[in-house]
Amino acid sequence: MTLRDQIRNVIDDEPVAIFIKGTPDRPACGNSMRALQALWNAGAPITAIDVLPDPQIRQELSSLSDWPTIPQVFVKGELIGGADITEELFASGELGRKLDEALGEEREQVVKTVSVAATAA
Amino acid sequence: MAIETIRALLEQAFPDGDVAVVDRTGGDDHFHVMVESGAFAGLSLVEQHRLVNRALADPLADGSIHELRITTKG
Repeated sequence: MTLRDQIRNVIDDEPVAIFIKGTPDRPACGNSMRALQALWNAGAPITAIDVLPDPQIRQELSSLSDWPTIPQVFVKGELIGGADITEELFASGELGRKLDEALGEEREQVVKTVSVAATAA
Repeated sequence: MAIETIRALLEQAFPDGDVAVVDRTGGDDHFHVMVESGAFAGLSLVEQHRLVNRALADPLADGSIHELRITTKG
């Protein structure tokens, strides 16, 4: 499977996917941390994908999403935004409402990491 | 990248807009831009930020903007 297809699958299959620099335990960038924090505080399950292992991940992701910067947050396959929008939506309460609507109010808050990598055919 | 260059790009993209740019770290590469414009009317936040990102596509692509915070207002 191409790297692009792997990225698309993660976006489509995970309830909440966030592409970050680093990992949820050790975010390597303040903006990734801000977005993770807002998701966590909104009670979101979090599937994190580190873009740092390969610059191609970020290239493919940005060309798929039409969004140039990291982090990028997707709920049920839809781009919610980067750190600023995620924080803004959390502060206004809209992020919680969006999550309730997409995933139900009784959702389990699990944090996991998934990796994507270019593989030889 | 000079703060004036960022402001000029945004003013060009949002001629009716109110544009403010802050250099967050004093290092000429971490910016917070605030844009208020009629161009945002009826657009989702994602679409609003896309317009700002597009206006700054070149400096974002060549790395002269290392980090960008965006606040938009319709």
